Amino acid sequence: MAAQTRQAAIVGGNRIPFARANGAYARASNQDMLTATLDGLVARFGLQGEQVGEVVAGAVLKHSRDFNLTREAVLGSRLSAATPAYDVQQACGTGLEAAILVANKIALGQIESGIAGGTDTASDAPIAVNEDLRQVLVRLNNARTLQQRLKALSGLRPGQLVPEIPRNAEPRTGLAMGDHAAITAAEWEIGREEQDELTLRSHQALAAAYDSGFFDDLVTPYLGLARDNNLRPDTSLEKLAKLAPVFGRGEGATMTAGNSTPLTDGASAVLLASDEWAAARDLPVLAHLVDAQTAAVDYVHGGEGLLMAPAYAVPVMLARNGLTLQDFDFYEVHEAFASTVLATMKAWEDPAFCKEKLGLDAPLGSIDRSKLNVHGSSLAAGHPFAATGGRIVATLAKTLHEAGPGKRGLISICAAGGQGVVAILES
Amino acid sequence: MSDWYRDFANSGFGTTVTKNLGLPRPAVLRRYEPGQPLLTGPAVVGSAGEGRLRAELTELLRDAGVTVQSPATADGSTDGEELAAVLLDATGLTGPADLASAHDFLAPAVKRLRASGRVLVLADPPAETSSPAQAAARQALDGLVRSLAKELRNGATANLVQVPYGAEGSLASPVRFFLSGRSAYVDGQLLTLADADLPADPDAERPLAGKVAVVTGAARGIGAAIARVLARDGAHVVAIDVPASGESLAEVANEVGGTAVQLDITAPDAGPRLAAQLIARHGGADVIVHNAGITRDKLLVNMDAARWNSVMAVNLQAQLDITAALLATDGALKPNARVVCVSSQSGIAGNRGQTNYAASKAGIIGMVRAWAPEFAERGATINAVAPGFIVTEMTAKMPLGTREVGSRLNSLQQGGLPVDVAETIAWLSQPGSGGVNGQVVRVCGQSLLGA
Repeated sequence: MAAQTRQAAIVGGNRIPFARANGAYARASNQDMLTATLDGLVARFGLQGEQVGEVVAGAVLKHSRDFNLTREAVLGSRLSAATPAYDVQQACGTGLEAAILVANKIALGQIESGIAGGTDTASDAPIAVNEDLRQVLVRLNNARTLQQRLKALSGLRPGQLVPEIPRNAEPRTGLAMGDHAAITAAEWEIGREEQDELTLRSHQALAAAYDSGFFDDLVTPYLGLARDNNLRPDTSLEKLAKLAPVFGRGEGATMTAGNSTPLTDGASAVLLASDEWAAARDLPVLAHLVDAQTAAVDYVHGGEGLLMAPAYAVPVMLARNGLTLQDFDFYEVHEAFASTVLATMKAWEDPAFCKEKLGLDAPLGSIDRSKLNVHGSSLAAGHPFAATGGRIVATLAKTLHEAGPGKRGLISICAAGGQGVVAILES
Repeated sequence: MSDWYRDFANSGFGTTVTKNLGLPRPAVLRRYEPGQPLLTGPAVVGSAGEGRLRAELTELLRDAGVTVQSPATADGSTDGEELAAVLLDATGLTGPADLASAHDFLAPAVKRLRASGRVLVLADPPAETSSPAQAAARQALDGLVRSLAKELRNGATANLVQVPYGAEGSLASPVRFFLSGRSAYVDGQLLTLADADLPADPDAERPLAGKVAVVTGAARGIGAAIARVLARDGAHVVAIDVPASGESLAEVANEVGGTAVQLDITAPDAGPRLAAQLIARHGGADVIVHNAGITRDKLLVNMDAARWNSVMAVNLQAQLDITAALLATDGALKPNARVVCVSSQSGIAGNRGQTNYAASKAGIIGMVRAWAPEFAERGATINAVAPGFIVTEMTAKMPLGTREVGSRLNSLQQGGLPVDVAETIAWLSQPGSGGVNGQVVRVCGQSLLGA
């Protein structure tokens, strides 16, 4: 047992460009994308045949055949086949949670290196057999006599051919995530214009990052795609303003296809290690994962917004580390929707919310917008659920590294089911 | 990309047809494979005049396990075994009269040369004598070797190596290269050696073991072949290509156990970025292969500035800038570094529609020659390799007629393969090749163009 813990180093990352659903990656499976992403990471860091401590990844939309998705991807990759792997799933928090799990094992000295990742395809979403049909088939399987079989078959109906299609909706409310976000946006009085402005900045920042070569060692092209194809470098406030609202109702509806993330396909991976493991291979240490926290809110009965859990997780983590919200050089707040980012920041500025909901004497305060999502985020890149965490961890780690030693960054990711995953990185 | 005509000409029926019609009969060339012996049969070493290299050549061959016959045996035994190589030490030439002995030795020996055999002539550089008669004799060898190369058939080659006084110690690596299957498509070439401090002879099977080799344009074609051959010879390959080619670049890097670096070599900070990465990740590079290149063909009068500028930026300016940045950054290049720049036959012979490309590729030759002295001072080398007609995805898209004619216009009557270019580059990258500096080695099967 390790006497003391250590901070896990983030060595680097890789992702494939993110693609809008049913487009460039329409024929790629989660396993295909995760394998390609791992291979890109292997190529970048010369890990061919290497046995890393553990590979942890997951997918939110997952076929039953992918029960061992990450291990299968490892077996298909250029990593040593003796590399263990397991799957995790925490909705949109999957990627960051995977990084935390790997980092914690490194911190405890249980492994020296690990890869955290995530993959999601909305194009190849798992389509299941109709529930009625499944029951007929179970009865048929259990039938022992011809009579029983015929009886079971007599239960077949044409309507049972309609498959179960996964819905982008909360099981307990039946509302789409965007509808939930629209409720929160209305509660916090988030305007259309400020959402569009945040969206525009995301596209501009991501495009600038690509143009400057920032992603040269973070992204590997896949299936002919070299950049995220949701990225609109030439979009403008005027163009965004023309889009009709898609979530929320009536006059007050503000959330459009522009300031909400689209369904996206993609995968990402992050290489973590102990400092010693990295040094032994002459690999860089971009940043360390300092701490992490999760939280969940009762969005069903508790009156809190579905995507507001990070607002609760951050103050807990700040207190544990003796930090204020302003003690960061960079902030990565996942842009599930522009309104989510804005509502979260507004909540942290709000004395009543901070006192009543978070139990704080004073509000957390505002964050410097010029430090927020400086290389673009999900509104521009797209959001393949489980892959977003890896994208953010690698992007922030490189951002901190480029800014010099001793810089600190905050990650905040909201997730379905009223959950939030947050973390602190430091260069 | 198989050579259907070569395969046909070497089939039973095809042999009859091509013989009767007097058509070219390209040979299946002997190419290097790991573990292959230097030669597949005996060699004979002769001399014209009182040469100074014969003993050394004989020893070098015997060390490589080659049976060395004396010229007398070669003369006498008409029923003798076929020869795999004929070496002529012509360092003893004093005037044109001595050339008769070169003929006397070569004629019967070449007659016994087997398929993919080798003729290698070693002589002093003509410029290194003040005697016009001696210079004439030495220069005469150039015409002799080039003509002989055109006469040889069945994949045999003839090359000339000039060995100045004091450069004898540099001989081993070039001699082994020209005799081996590594030089399958190098024919009719002249190479001039220089004196160099060479490391104790390394592993012959893995001459690049422990070395770090950078290859630009490594995602496909000749660049990928270079990466494979350098890795086969033991190097850790840092494979570079533009970010848009990252997918195939990663595949190449993974195949050769190397590292993929997505980098636009024309970016203003490309040199410093590469230097920083080489120092941080690899402790510096031993080998730099400037292979990345593009074509934007148009007749000069129709060529816009964009076509001109992009070709110059990628093919020439990037080689200059990156090499300069690596030289200027302490630790980016290891001592005794080897830089190999891919030029082109077009840069030597010119090519219609390629004023920009040919200019860039000719520029590389000027750059290499100008930099050679500075590299020599560091114990390093810089050389250019100029491929001729090399069968790639690009040539596969050419019209059949153009392709067939283009590929036959050389002494070996066939196009070369990317691996032929790669083998030459890997040879120049070896620690033992330190005596080859500022040279342009054509990998063209003695092309008729620009010869």
